[in-house]
Amino acid sequence: MPLNLKPNLSEPGKRYFRAFTPGDDFYEALIDTHRDLSDEQSAMVNAKLILLLSNHIGDIAVLREAMQIAREGV
Amino acid sequence: MLSTYQYPKYEYVAPPEQTGGPVKRYPVVVVGAGPVGLAAAIELAQSGVPVVVLDDDDTVSVGSRGVCYAKRALEVLDRIGVGDDCVAKGVSWNVGRTFFREEEVYNFNLLPQPDHKRPGMINLQQYYLEEYEIRRARELPNVDLRFRSKVVSVQPEGRGAALQVETPDGIYQIETDWLIVADGARSSVRHMLGLEIDGKIFMDRFLIADVVMKADFPAERWFWFDPPFHPGQSVLLHRQADNVFRIDFQLGWQADPEEEKKPEKVIPRIKAMLGDDREFELEWVSVYTFQCRRMQQFRHGRVLFVGDAAHQVSPFGARGANSGIQDTDNLCWKLKLVIDGKAPESLLDTYSDERVFAADENILNSTRSTDFITPKSKTSLTFRNAVLALASEHAFARALVNSGRLSVPAYLTESTLNTPDSTAFAGDMVPGAPMDDAPIRVDGVNDWLLDHVGQRFMALAYVADPAAVDPARMAIFKSLANAPVPVEVVLVSPRGGSAELPVFEDYAGRFAERFDARPGTLYLIRPDQHVAARWREFDADRLRAAVARATCNA
Repeated sequence: MPLNLKPNLSEPGKRYFRAFTPGDDFYEALIDTHRDLSDEQSAMVNAKLILLLSNHIGDIAVLREAMQIAREGV
Repeated sequence: MLSTYQYPKYEYVAPPEQTGGPVKRYPVVVVGAGPVGLAAAIELAQSGVPVVVLDDDDTVSVGSRGVCYAKRALEVLDRIGVGDDCVAKGVSWNVGRTFFREEEVYNFNLLPQPDHKRPGMINLQQYYLEEYEIRRARELPNVDLRFRSKVVSVQPEGRGAALQVETPDGIYQIETDWLIVADGARSSVRHMLGLEIDGKIFMDRFLIADVVMKADFPAERWFWFDPPFHPGQSVLLHRQADNVFRIDFQLGWQADPEEEKKPEKVIPRIKAMLGDDREFELEWVSVYTFQCRRMQQFRHGRVLFVGDAAHQVSPFGARGANSGIQDTDNLCWKLKLVIDGKAPESLLDTYSDERVFAADENILNSTRSTDFITPKSKTSLTFRNAVLALASEHAFARALVNSGRLSVPAYLTESTLNTPDSTAFAGDMVPGAPMDDAPIRVDGVNDWLLDHVGQRFMALAYVADPAAVDPARMAIFKSLANAPVPVEVVLVSPRGGSAELPVFEDYAGRFAERFDARPGTLYLIRPDQHVAARWREFDADRLRAAVARATCNA
């Protein structure tokens, strides 16, 4: 399966009435994860997060595609 | 500075109390003649409750202030008779565009669905809205508008409150059964009662400039992250009535508000944005900070708080004035039932519960927008810029761009007034939902659903053929109008036709689509146009039970 670049976030059991809500729920949780951390600590958290999620995704072809897009324009 | 607007001056008239005689007692006093207090006064007066409105000033809002009025607020303003004035004068819009540096990365449409009467939003200077509301209030014989009348003390009593009011003629006293507090963010009544309002202050400052110019910018909301003309900060542009444009510049916490307001400081910022060739004049400048906070409860005995006096949000999302107008929408029908002795006072606790729920949703959304727009750490800024960098190419990232989640009404799904569904329905018109609009034909005239519902309990009974409703059923439908809390039954049908009850012809099929209606489906609608209950089959007992539940009479 190719990398999914369409909106794909939701929480099981939760009903959404507004399209922006699941993305905003996620983004808030992401920023909260970094609250009160130094830049260095945040970089470590981000690295661990990528490793955890990569393992969960599993498909290395998908990960390569994501890595390539992430590097574009940087 | 230029002025495109002539501020009206409302005469102070000495009230009867000022000429001596006994202290008068009124059913309802509203403190504050802003957009929210006036909406409450008009709605109550229209339903037959006399209202005294006290305001310490003698004109409308100075400066454009609240600019964006959302679809739901317009629907409420329609009910109080000022919607057409506002929409005619205001600039209607649905599309918002978001730019990152020089590139558009994202746009949204507030009203992707066709066939609604009102647009997603209008931009209108707050003084116009207040002027129209005052004009409307003055048409109503049971609204007593008192300008230059400042409340200087409030004494709650068991069955109401006693107030001291200061006017140019001195101080007088009045009493009221119910007090509606609509005196804004710095509510002096809230202070006098020693009530807390808790939340969070945001460490940032924003400059508002109202600029008059001839420009053919489309009627859209434009938002910039980190634009070349104002690097590192955000900028927001709205078009208002009379060729007045509202520009918001993020300044940062370190900015000196007095310094930033000076024209010699403001004009170069605007020239950087618009280019040197564009002619413009400044009309109004202000620097603001904001807070997101609310009172624990909006009801304190017979004192009811509405609007900014009860809750405040950041401006990103236009959730301030809009939510205040929705407070009155929720409050007034409940207060009317309580005053008429048709519902217990506990119904007013549900005003607080439902509007606290809505305030929390507004605070959540506007706080999230603020956190996205003004990141608080380097990591947060990196994530924000990563989202913006991905957004122009990738749909998933566009969904995360948050330049303001604009005011939409809350789905009151947790309300104790709802009767839970007993069968499955598709779509979003769940108990507690604010009704979707739909085009309908009434007596041969094309019209809108929301113009025909509200201000009383209604049951919308969907039928295949209005002429074919069983006479016994029709008799029950009609008898509901004589219940202690009357329910007006209307037949909704794809065919139209005549019957002994009003018929809404769902000629475009939008009602059936949006409400997942089939023959037999029946919706119970609250006076504030929220769904209270719905069934696939009519059952008079269940309907009566749902009305009792929706009015705390169960």
